[in-house]
Amino acid sequence: MNLQVIIPLLIFLIIIFLIGVFASRKLANSSSFVQDYFLGGRELGGLLLAMTMVATYGSASSFIGGPGIAYQTGLGWVLLAMIQVVTGYFVLTILGKKFAIIARKMKAITLIDFLKERYQSKWVVLLSASSIILFLFSAMAAQWIGGARLIESITGLSYISALFVFAASVLVYVIIGGFRAVAITDGMQGIIMVVGTVVILAGTIIAGGGIPTIMSDLMAENPNLITPFGADGSLTPLYVSSFWILVGVGVVGLPQVAIRAMSYKNSKAMHAALIIGTIVVGFIMLGMHLAGVFGRAVLPGLDTPDTVMPLLALHVLPGWLAGIVLAAPMAAIMSTVDSLLLIVSSSIVKDVYLNYIRPDAPEKNIKRISIGVTAVVGVLVFFMAIDPPAFLITLNLFAFGGLEAAFIWPVVLGLYWKAGNAVGALASIFTGVFTYIGITIYYPDAFGMHSVVIPVMLSLLAYIMCSIVGRNRKRQEHQEIINKYLL
Amino acid sequence: MHENKKRKGDWRYPIAHREAWIGIAIVLFHFAWWYGFAYGFGSKPVESYTYILGFPAWFFYSCILGFFFIIILVILVVRFFFQDLPLESDEEGDRP
Repeated sequence: MNLQVIIPLLIFLIIIFLIGVFASRKLANSSSFVQDYFLGGRELGGLLLAMTMVATYGSASSFIGGPGIAYQTGLGWVLLAMIQVVTGYFVLTILGKKFAIIARKMKAITLIDFLKERYQSKWVVLLSASSIILFLFSAMAAQWIGGARLIESITGLSYISALFVFAASVLVYVIIGGFRAVAITDGMQGIIMVVGTVVILAGTIIAGGGIPTIMSDLMAENPNLITPFGADGSLTPLYVSSFWILVGVGVVGLPQVAIRAMSYKNSKAMHAALIIGTIVVGFIMLGMHLAGVFGRAVLPGLDTPDTVMPLLALHVLPGWLAGIVLAAPMAAIMSTVDSLLLIVSSSIVKDVYLNYIRPDAPEKNIKRISIGVTAVVGVLVFFMAIDPPAFLITLNLFAFGGLEAAFIWPVVLGLYWKAGNAVGALASIFTGVFTYIGITIYYPDAFGMHSVVIPVMLSLLAYIMCSIVGRNRKRQEHQEIINKYLL
Repeated sequence: MHENKKRKGDWRYPIAHREAWIGIAIVLFHFAWWYGFAYGFGSKPVESYTYILGFPAWFFYSCILGFFFIIILVILVVRFFFQDLPLESDEEGDRP
C-alpha cells in the first residue's frame, strides 16, 4: 500500500461521484427523461463534445496495452498509433452536420433510432440492437477487468475488492446521472488524460537523459526499434496502413462514438470539437506511446510490457504525482465503460422495449426501467468480470472491428445515398459481422492486412448491390423516407 | 450536386455534403503525408538515418511535424470553409 499514490486516486473517485449527484439534480427537473438520460438533452458544447469523444474512444488500450506494445516494438508502433489522429476530425466531418440535422428531424436519440427511421425495418433494428448488446457487453467486461487490475496493482487490494470498488464507483454516477454525468466526467477524465500524458512523458525523457541519449540507447539494443518496421521487422507498410481503417476512418461506425455526433448543441460546438478533438487525440496517442518506447531505455527488460505505464509512473515520478498520473488510465477505462454501459442500456430500453414491447409506457415507468436496466447490466458485467470466461476476452478483441464492419455503411450511406434501403442495410450488417468473425478465426492477417479491412469492403459491396437489387420492394415507403429526411 | 428542381430540398444539405467531402480530402492528404514520410525516409538503412530534435527524420516528419501540420490545416479549414448552420429544422423558415 502506498498512501501517497492512493490519496490522489481517491480524490479523483470522489469528484466523479459528486458529478453524478450534480447531474442527477438536473435530471430531476427534466421534461423528457429518455432524451435527457441517454443523450443529455443535446447540449454538449465544443470542449465537452471533444473530450467526451476522446475519452470514450481512448480506452484501456491507449494507456496500458498500447504503450506496452510500443515498449516491445519501438517507434513503428507509435507510427501506427498516430493514424488515430484521423478520428479527431473524421467522425465529426463525415457524420457531422448531416447526421445532427437528420437526427433532430427524426427526434432520434440512439444510433438505432436513426437506423429505424431511415430503413423502417424491424429486422434492421433487432439485428443492430443485438449486435450492439452482444459486442459492447463483452467489450465492457474486458474494460472492467482492466480497471480492477489497475486498482489491484496500485492499492494492493484483492482482485474482487478492486473490481467492487471500480464497479461501484462507475455504476453510481452512471445510474443516477445518465448521459450528462457521463459527458461531464468524460470531460474531466479527458483533461486528466492530457495532464497525465505530459507528466509521464516529461518524467520519462528526463529519467532517460534526453531524447538523443534515449535514441542511441535504443539503437544500441536493437536498431529496428527506431525504424518504422518494428523490433522484429514484422510491421509491413500494408499491415500498418490497414490500421488506418480499424482505428482511423472505421471509427465512424462505432455506436458509442457516433452517438456523440448527434448530441452537440450547435454547429459552433461541432467546429470547436473538431479542432480540440484533433489536438487532444494526437497529443495523447503521441505522448503515451512515445513514453512506452522511451520506457525501454529507462526500464529495460520488463517481462510483462503491459505493466510499463504503472511501473514508469512509480519509477520516474514522486508518489503523489504518480497517483495523479495513474488516475489517467483509470479515467480512460472509466470513461469508456460508462459510455458503453449507457449505450447497452439504451439499446435495451429504447430500441427493444419501447419500440416493440411496450411503446405506450408512461414516463414514470420509463424512468424506473432505464435506471433499473442500467443497474442490472452493470451488475451482470460485474459478475462476468469476477471470473471471466475465455470467450469473452476473445470476443472483446474483435468487438470494435465487428461493430465497425456492421455499422459503417448503414450509417454513412444511409445519410448520403438516397438509394440505400433496408435490404442493403441488412445485407451489409450480416456480411460485415459474419465475414469479420470468419476472417478473424480462420484467416487472420488476410493478405497481410488487419482482419477488419476485407469485411468493411465486402459489407460495402453488399450494401450497394442489395440496395439496388431490393430497390423495388416497398417503393412507396422508401420514397416517403427520402422526401421526409433526405431531401 | 443533386437535381431536385421540382421539390425544394433542405438548403443545409449541400453545405453538409461539401464539408463531408472536405473531410475526406483532408483524410486522404493526411494518409499520404503520414505514409510518404514514414516509409520514404524510414526505409533507408538505420546507419544512414538523420536526426531532428533527437528523433529519426522519418518519425519527426511523419508523426510530429505531420501532426502539427494537420492541426493547422483543420483549424484553417474549419475557419474558412465550414459554415455555421442552425441544426433544428424549424429555424430554417425564413432562410433562402
